[in-house]
Amino acid sequence: MFENLTDKLGNVFKGLTKRGALSENDVEKALQEVRTALLEADVALSVVREFIDKVKVRAVGEEVLRSVTPGQQVIKIVNDVLIEVLGSVGSELLIDHAPPAVILLVGLQGSGKTTTAGKLAFHLKSKKRKKVMLASLDIYRPAAREQLRILGEQADVLVLPEIDGESPEKIAKRAMAASKVQAIDVLILDTAGRTTLDTAMMSEAKEVFKLSNPSETLLVADAMTGQDAVQTAKAFSELIKISGVILTRSDGDARGGAALSMRSVTGCPIKFVGVSEKLDGLEPFHPDRAAGRILDMGDVVSLVEKAAETIAEEDAAQMMKRMSEGSFDMNDMLKQIGQLKKMGGLGGIMSMLPGIGKLQKQMAANNFNDKAISKQEAIIYSMTKKERVNVSLLNASRRKRIASGSGTAVSDVNRLVKQQQDMARMMKKMGKMGGLGGLKNMMSSLGGGNSNPELGNGQNSVMDANKMAELQKMMGGNMPNLGNMANRFGGMGLPGLGGKPSKKRR
Amino acid sequence: MALNWFKKLKSGLSKSASKVEGAIASLTGKKTIDKETLDDIEDQLILADLGVESASIITKKIKDQKFELNKNKEIEKTQIAKTLAEEIEKILLPREENLYEKVKSKPHVLLLAGVNGSGKTTTAAKIAEKFRLEKKSVVLAASDTFRAAAVEQLKTWGKRVGAQVVSGEEGGDAAAVAFRAFELAKKDDIDIVIIDTAGRLQNKKDLMEELTKTCRVVSKLDQDAPHQKVVILDGTVGQNAHSQLKSFDESIGLTGMIITKLDGSAKGGVVVSLAEKYKIPIHAVGVGEGLDDLQIFEASSFSKALAGLD
Repeated sequence: MFENLTDKLGNVFKGLTKRGALSENDVEKALQEVRTALLEADVALSVVREFIDKVKVRAVGEEVLRSVTPGQQVIKIVNDVLIEVLGSVGSELLIDHAPPAVILLVGLQGSGKTTTAGKLAFHLKSKKRKKVMLASLDIYRPAAREQLRILGEQADVLVLPEIDGESPEKIAKRAMAASKVQAIDVLILDTAGRTTLDTAMMSEAKEVFKLSNPSETLLVADAMTGQDAVQTAKAFSELIKISGVILTRSDGDARGGAALSMRSVTGCPIKFVGVSEKLDGLEPFHPDRAAGRILDMGDVVSLVEKAAETIAEEDAAQMMKRMSEGSFDMNDMLKQIGQLKKMGGLGGIMSMLPGIGKLQKQMAANNFNDKAISKQEAIIYSMTKKERVNVSLLNASRRKRIASGSGTAVSDVNRLVKQQQDMARMMKKMGKMGGLGGLKNMMSSLGGGNSNPELGNGQNSVMDANKMAELQKMMGGNMPNLGNMANRFGGMGLPGLGGKPSKKRR
Repeated sequence: MALNWFKKLKSGLSKSASKVEGAIASLTGKKTIDKETLDDIEDQLILADLGVESASIITKKIKDQKFELNKNKEIEKTQIAKTLAEEIEKILLPREENLYEKVKSKPHVLLLAGVNGSGKTTTAAKIAEKFRLEKKSVVLAASDTFRAAAVEQLKTWGKRVGAQVVSGEEGGDAAAVAFRAFELAKKDDIDIVIIDTAGRLQNKKDLMEELTKTCRVVSKLDQDAPHQKVVILDGTVGQNAHSQLKSFDESIGLTGMIITKLDGSAKGGVVVSLAEKYKIPIHAVGVGEGLDDLQIFEASSFSKALAGLD
């Protein structure tokens, strides 16, 4: 969701880093552009002002202007302040006291409360091993309760049965009594959407809040919200004690300004972001990583976590073994494609790598996307078992057969074979040495080898080990993880390509 | 009706309006508009989601105006609010277009699209209600086959507004539902078909393609159908509205837009910059949860409400 903002800020910073010395005027000018970029990203005006002021105070200090790399210093300051605004630590839900812990979801109409309730139930059940009950207090919107019931069934958690004609307060009471009887750990109350100007509806929310005494009161807000984010957040947090924010539709192309505003106005952490329409599309929010993404410094931590989550350890170990033997055949490639897809496809992975914003555009321009990967998959599926193990069998007539079988052209088959061979060669090398250099090559061969020189170059410059070190230096001690991650990242290679992921983190 | 809408809109917009008034009030006793006041006005416009560019263009127009001084040799404050409203109206007026006057064929097919949670289903019901009052028969197509209970939601509305609802199974083909509704309308001599599609984020390529497909399939029964393709924008949305409008227009060729949820504290000012940039008509605004809370868009009322004029 931050890509657009990233681009804009990137351009501003490019101007800064090119110069050896910065005058106060230069900083001022750059910050003016930062202001516009933030406003266009729907960051609330008051938050933008505060942000700019903070950066300005620190940036015009003498150390910055006299330092060797003033431009990078300014970027570092912007990053620091961004993390401050986004909150410096990620935070877990506080639901571990005497059960049932109540989670109350509030928000405007259409912000995504009901869907989020389902996702949250699924998250608590599958990742936290909690016994969850869902209850809908939305007696207004047609079929709202039915929607929650279906989501509950999908998540396989209990849903409070509906009784017609009950008030939201009564339903809340009944839900609490029921969850006590049924030994529920967490009760999630989904409320009706309301505008903050509707006093009757707002006092209803307050009543429910009072009588349910929630452990967590989460404001569900749309990531695409404009300047109104501040009004909404203020109105709700003045009425009831909000403990956190869930930002929905973060998988859209909104520039993420609402994230900055919400955090700043409520003072509450953003606890989760909604990232798809599916039940598992809810992810914990990490402010430091989000700041990294905004400034296009990547989110390698999330990537590694995701890899560890997706790839079974024994698979990786086996792959590692095969790699060191130098035997990387089409079956391995197929497996690797499968893992890539599981991790959210190329787009998902790319969005977490540093400096990759531009590259993504190049990829789009070159029509290299997840479809291309599916195509590769189809080609391999059209090979016989023997062919998959022994590529040298593939003569012209076999290649022709494979092409027609997979609905591709012979040239596509040729490209894939070349790619596989390049990779096998490199795997062998990497198996011996590990390290980031291998990664670089690997990625360019993933991009289609020599058939796509522009792409290859882009990656070389982006993933260059020196650049990584420079980035780390630039960030000073503020991103301690990055250095480590780079090493670990190098050690394990691109997820699914072998290497051994660290133990599961969760 | 118009007055009713204006009142509702005004009460919704009152927060922003009073702020614009506040910015203008700082002019008291001044002979010229100083930079501070202009910055204030610009900030207020940004707060109303007009966006940096539109806000600065409009502010510049205010700056370029020569205001007459009153007998105390100071600028008349309402004059500025009026000018502000006029400048906004100039931008919005060419986009004013009554949704209901565009009904020419029978059956007339109207497709509603938009991101998740923008209010498509509720708007579909409101439009159906309006047609019912005009004594026109309506069939609703529940083309949201994805979201849990979306069909039930539309069915409940269908009962309330006395419209038939055509639906398919959950996870089924959205285009097929639309097609069958159109077929039914032709067979039973029904006036209006309203297709309520699933919400989708505009950057999801596959989902946007599904929408294009729905239009394509419907056009097999009548090459001009869907006759109207309207995007529903959430009034609380910020600059992302630009991306929404652009993507939906590119994929299905929009004939208009409807702005919902203007009864809250959001101002929907992004409409102004949308009107500047795109030639897509604005049909109506949603100002409440009641069936009669969808009002014809009027540029002058909207502009006045934004500028804080009565």
